[in-house]
Amino acid sequence: MSMLQNIVTIVLVIGGTFFMLVGSIGINRLPDFYTRTHASGKVDTLGIIMFLSGLAVHQGFSLNAAKLLLIIAFMAFTSPVASHALSRRALLFGMKPWYGHGKDKS
Amino acid sequence: MSAYRKETTPPPYCIDERMKIPTESPVLHVASRGIAPVIMLIGLYVFFHGHYSPGGGFQGGVLLAAGVLLLRMTLGVTQSQKLMPTTLTLKLSAVGALIFAGTGLVALLCGGNFLDYHFLPVWFEPVYLRYYGILFIEVGVTITVMTTLIAIYDDLLGC
Repeated sequence: MSMLQNIVTIVLVIGGTFFMLVGSIGINRLPDFYTRTHASGKVDTLGIIMFLSGLAVHQGFSLNAAKLLLIIAFMAFTSPVASHALSRRALLFGMKPWYGHGKDKS
Repeated sequence: MSAYRKETTPPPYCIDERMKIPTESPVLHVASRGIAPVIMLIGLYVFFHGHYSPGGGFQGGVLLAAGVLLLRMTLGVTQSQKLMPTTLTLKLSAVGALIFAGTGLVALLCGGNFLDYHFLPVWFEPVYLRYYGILFIEVGVTITVMTTLIAIYDDLLGC
């Protein structure tokens, strides 16, 4: 039981850190505001969900695991909404999206 | 909010007329109306756990103010006046400060030091008297912090 618990925890936490690393690289490397909000809105949400579910598996069947599940639900609900609000306000403010290297010169 | 609407010119690729209004996003409406009560509930939880875990009056008040301010920003100022009216914020702030200082002064008048809960004129066991005295003080702190933050952001929003 404890062996299986540790294996699942390690896999989930390593996967979560991988996705959060990918999201951070995406925020630094992507060319546009919208693509950056895409990176921070999707990939970081998946990374946080995997990380916290790994911690919940490590906690076992207790009250702290229930609190972690509530935090997971809250993060899965708020983070995409926040990136949606950011990108929607930028679009209404008049920021042009990125259309590729050749097309935005014309 | 009114000053903000004057600045934003409608973008040319915005076809639907209703999309020009800054607070008309159904995703934000549904999400904020779902999230704001949860934030207020977490604020009350943090407030009641202030005795024996991280938290207390200040943090709980900030979370309650965050729940109100989320609705202020998404639903608009006029729609969210029922939740916490702008004219009521500074008065409630004064009431919270009165609760804090009044409890201390009552303990001072009844023979103890300032904020000495043992001398409050309520007949409880001394342990429970201190417990509920601290809770009552924290009520004042929570009301003051929440309403002062809402008043600051209402002033920034221009209402």
